[in-house]
Amino acid sequence: MNSIIFRTVSRLLMGLMLLFSLFLLWRGHNEPGGGFIGGLVAAAGLVVYGLADGPKSMRLILRADPGAIALTGLLIAVIAGLMPVVGGSDFLTGLWLFIGATPTDKGLALGTPLLFDIGVYLAVVGGVVGMVIAIEESL
Amino acid sequence: MNGLLVACLLTPMMTAILAFLWPGGRVIKGAVSVCGTVLLSVFAALLLRQVWTDGPVSAQMGGWEAPMGITLVADHLSAMLVMVTAIVGLAVSFFALTDIDEARAKGGFDTFFQILLTGIVGAFLTGDLFNLYVWFEVMLISSFALIVLGGDKVQLDGAVKYVAINLVSTVLLLTAIGLVYGMAGTLNMADLNGSLAELPDQSLVTVVSVLFLIAFGIKAAVFPLYFWLPASYHTLPISIAAVFAALMTKVGVYALIRTFTLIFTPESDMIATVVLVVALLTMLTGILGAISHTNIRRILSYHVIGSIGFMLLGLGLGSPLAMAASIFYMMQGILVKALLFMIVGVIEKRGNSSELSELGGLYRSHPGFSILYLLAALALIGIPPLSGFWAKLMVLEAGIEHQAWWVIALVLLASLLTFIPLMRIWFEAFWKAAPRSDDAPVKEPELSNAASGSAARSESMQLAPVVALSAVLLLIGLAPASLISLTDQAAAGVLNVDAYLQVVLGSGAAPIEEMKP
Repeated sequence: MNSIIFRTVSRLLMGLMLLFSLFLLWRGHNEPGGGFIGGLVAAAGLVVYGLADGPKSMRLILRADPGAIALTGLLIAVIAGLMPVVGGSDFLTGLWLFIGATPTDKGLALGTPLLFDIGVYLAVVGGVVGMVIAIEESL
Repeated sequence: MNGLLVACLLTPMMTAILAFLWPGGRVIKGAVSVCGTVLLSVFAALLLRQVWTDGPVSAQMGGWEAPMGITLVADHLSAMLVMVTAIVGLAVSFFALTDIDEARAKGGFDTFFQILLTGIVGAFLTGDLFNLYVWFEVMLISSFALIVLGGDKVQLDGAVKYVAINLVSTVLLLTAIGLVYGMAGTLNMADLNGSLAELPDQSLVTVVSVLFLIAFGIKAAVFPLYFWLPASYHTLPISIAAVFAALMTKVGVYALIRTFTLIFTPESDMIATVVLVVALLTMLTGILGAISHTNIRRILSYHVIGSIGFMLLGLGLGSPLAMAASIFYMMQGILVKALLFMIVGVIEKRGNSSELSELGGLYRSHPGFSILYLLAALALIGIPPLSGFWAKLMVLEAGIEHQAWWVIALVLLASLLTFIPLMRIWFEAFWKAAPRSDDAPVKEPELSNAASGSAARSESMQLAPVVALSAVLLLIGLAPASLISLTDQAAAGVLNVDAYLQVVLGSGAAPIEEMKP
């Protein structure tokens, strides 16, 4: 699609959608959101850019093969699930690290569920973008 | 000890990741795939041994107790199916080393194949309805990818039919699961046991059970929902067709058996009668379809459908003996189907065709390989002492026990008819003289030494899994006692679910009951 308006707007939109996807990913543990929906929003942002500029530039800004992104994400998710197994808990049990916790406040909570969600995020981004690129390139 | 359940699931998943991310060509990725399936077979064997000695095992994901979290559970039936999946996966991944070309390997054949295995194993091991749906989706997405890999035009034609019908089935399944959750407030299969029967509105329960029947029926390719199967299987590379034919439809059968023994207890005979009639019709139409075709792949595709009918008879009749017969049939059917499809792959390579009229003379040129075909075909037909004989004997015994003479008559008729297409393949492809001897066979001597050496190597590599599976089948046929005792236990476990409930919900099943809305 060769429209200068769409191409200009698509860059702005992509930036906003990527930021919003990170926000969704971060809040996902206790509020609506998470890796899957965050990944879909990020993929939608990248696809908008790809529609405007073509699949070639989409590959360029991704810097890695979408399939590799997806499977790295899966690997991260599996590792997040296996970390508690090393400590003797069940597969996928949440392990938490509370940074700067006070008696009233949990502080910054980092845990394996977040790592799992990051893995899901990457798997969804890689999977969806990979499919869209494959379709666009065969058109 | 629940690590084995997770290990069975994670092994193919990790193999998929490794096969994709490991740099290298066809050989490296294929080797990763073979190693993964070897490891899966080891874990599956350990799991089967544990279930055999100690009864069902379960694992709670994330430490969340049963109806709240997702449970993985293996009873005898699940453990046996995981074992046979691992065996077929190993054979096919080995066969694929020489069958799948560089382009398809680059497109991710080994990765998608392993993800498919993950989905199949997951579906056999999960104890949660929604999780079952997710594993079906995993299977579906990877199978879509496998079907279109390579992207021939015929292949896409088959893929569209496959995708369309499976999406319908998926939507029905998701709808049914949503309705179950709305009615019962839980999706844990053990927790659902008996809770649907207590609901006031039984008509909705019946509707939902029929939805499950149709959704899983499409996956299992039963009459009249089987038309997608022969339409898509004949276009695939043979390794993919082998694993689809051997395993994919059986996941549907397994899901039917599981839901209609655990969740919907057959209070009314209506569903059981429907399943019985559908099973008999599937059996007959599958065999008749096989008789009416002249393409080897299509003949075998229809055979897959016919055998699904035999596997559902147990659910239709509902007695332990009938269920054991079905499970035995399923075990040996999976192995025979994988074997026959791989043999077809070799036939196609030798004869450059899968049309019977264009084949011939294979017995003269490859006698050893022909004997293997005959063995597999006779096992499928059920000639004693091969594995199919025991399966059919058990089905007939169950029919006699029920005094269901018309069932026995139809089973015998179908078995007799099975003979025709398989023997036609034998006479046309192996026995009769090669059609025009000026064609493909003459080319062979012209090959240079190096080329013929590599061809011979790939030939022997393809024969290795065929020989190994034949040996397993022969072993089952000659010494069926341990498999029969295992299937008896599996059938008892499927029909009397107390042990299953105990291992999933623990001894505190009663207090959990009170927590439900």
